[in-house]
Amino acid sequence: MDSNNKKRETYYESIIKQGYSRRDFMKFATYIAAYMGLENSMVGQVAKSLETTYRVPVIWEHFQECTCCSESFIRSDHPIVADIILDKISLDYTLTLMAASGHQAEAAKKATMEKYKGEYILCVEGSVPMGDDGNYCCIAGQSAKDILIESAAGAKAIIAWGSCASNGCVQAAKPNPTNATPIHKIIKNKPIIRVPGCPPIGEVMAGVIIHMVTFGRLPELDRLGRPKAFYAKRVHDSCYRRPYYDAGLFAETFDDKNAKDGYCLYKLGCKGPMTYNSCGTIKWNNGVSYPIQSGHGCIGCSEESFWDNGPFYERLAKVPGIHAEGLADDIGKVGAGVLAGGLAVHAIAANISKRKELKSRINRGKSNEKDIDS
Amino acid sequence: MKKIKNFKRVYVWELPVRIFHWLNVLALFVLVVTGFIIANPPAILSSAEATNLHSFGIVRFLHFTAAYIFLFVLIMRFYWAFMGNRFASWRAFWPFTKKNWNNFWHVMKIDIMLLNEKEEDVTKISIGHNSVATLSYIVMFVLAIVQIATGFALYGDMASWWLPKMFTWVIPLFGGDFIVRSIHHTAMWLFIFFAMVHVYLVFYHDWLEGRGEVSSMFGGFKFVSDERLKHAHNEKEVEIKEEKGIVATK
Repeated sequence: MDSNNKKRETYYESIIKQGYSRRDFMKFATYIAAYMGLENSMVGQVAKSLETTYRVPVIWEHFQECTCCSESFIRSDHPIVADIILDKISLDYTLTLMAASGHQAEAAKKATMEKYKGEYILCVEGSVPMGDDGNYCCIAGQSAKDILIESAAGAKAIIAWGSCASNGCVQAAKPNPTNATPIHKIIKNKPIIRVPGCPPIGEVMAGVIIHMVTFGRLPELDRLGRPKAFYAKRVHDSCYRRPYYDAGLFAETFDDKNAKDGYCLYKLGCKGPMTYNSCGTIKWNNGVSYPIQSGHGCIGCSEESFWDNGPFYERLAKVPGIHAEGLADDIGKVGAGVLAGGLAVHAIAANISKRKELKSRINRGKSNEKDIDS
Repeated sequence: MKKIKNFKRVYVWELPVRIFHWLNVLALFVLVVTGFIIANPPAILSSAEATNLHSFGIVRFLHFTAAYIFLFVLIMRFYWAFMGNRFASWRAFWPFTKKNWNNFWHVMKIDIMLLNEKEEDVTKISIGHNSVATLSYIVMFVLAIVQIATGFALYGDMASWWLPKMFTWVIPLFGGDFIVRSIHHTAMWLFIFFAMVHVYLVFYHDWLEGRGEVSSMFGGFKFVSDERLKHAHNEKEVEIKEEKGIVATK
């Protein structure tokens, strides 16, 4: 360990070396603490940790994915995020951004895995195809499945970036031809943080990593393994259009006056009420906007199997288990109609089949009536 | 001379059962109506600012209030299944007895398939719930629990009380709000189907048997023929009390 540490820098040293001032560094510590939902007094602890903690080696694997997670990450608000996390958290291996290539790159990864066994963080972007022995995704002659199992073995923790790694995303949508599988269904013996979203917000990604660096442990996770700091609330519950929802003011089409006035997009299929994410608070592109603010409903990209959950622009309830155009209300109306018909038939049949009994009952009633009269 | 049926008033449904029934009806009605509105809200034209309007919030408030009523009366009913008379008891719902299956096939033959008996067998006639009904109520109790679990799970994240928060584990169990909402919405239709059949059969029994099926849920009394009552006496199902006439034994 000692020899390792001599070569390793702390985050602070890396940042200063990169040309940032102490003031920039403190600004960054404050900014990231705020995003992580920490109170002001914790800024010192964040700064202190970044000053004293040695860079954590990171291996970033890319499987079935579109690199939108990486793109989101490097566009995160503060330049230091990209600088430290990408350059200086010592991304020892990432297909998209590393300088090395070919055998060199693979050798570098192997070296990191051996040298920092049990210490490095494994970030996974993309799902793993389990169908046909994993042949649908091969890198450097190895299947994604084998790579994952190999690199997960020595990892301290695994971060599943994005919906692909957390839920399977579009390639796992029905019928899921490659049997794309999220990470937590393959690796069972390591702590896994799921950071869903297509892509997740850059600040959320940075926040998760800084949390692990600062506190030396995983952020608090919910039952689905998502960091509570960012996934505890529905987009709907933090949406600035929420007052329109509570008022019952909805846009009916995308081009009506209500839409122009910024009414709630609930009836246009906004999935905000069913989606857990921080879009309403952290927002995107340096806090400029997020889909609903731009006039488009949430598509629920951070929810499991959001591609299979019905159309993006309609608000429908499907019957669980029926994947054809089985909409609960259509089936319900037909069912109620058939049932009403059946009951009517039964009522008629009852009057025919039980006619004797009914007749005798009526006669008895009539004779009783006579008895009263007399 | 025709056989004359003499009916006697029997106190069948005690007050808690009737309160459960009608509060449940009220809660279900409100839940279904507001549920449909929440699923597909009507377009309202208003020039009022959102600040001054809370119409959808009120609909949701009614839905949640009715949900609490639905939950609490269900708890009360479960409690009464241990405290109430033999017709309200959990034993009346217990499906695994010979008597239960005798009655089940009897109801299937006579009331569902509409066959006629040559000679009426009074021992097969039920005084409280019939066995087909209890079976359907068991299904409805299960569905009610499903609705409570899924509904409060969807509601729980907005709530600060521990009671709805108790159900938040349901969301990760099914994978997300989408599927939980679909289950909630689909199961609602089963309540509608049940209500249709239930109301129809109550009127059917009242019309054919003249035992006061409909009014029994208001006053608690049903009318039972002398012959059946004699059998009930032998079986110690009922006893005669001065103030209430014939009532069920515990």
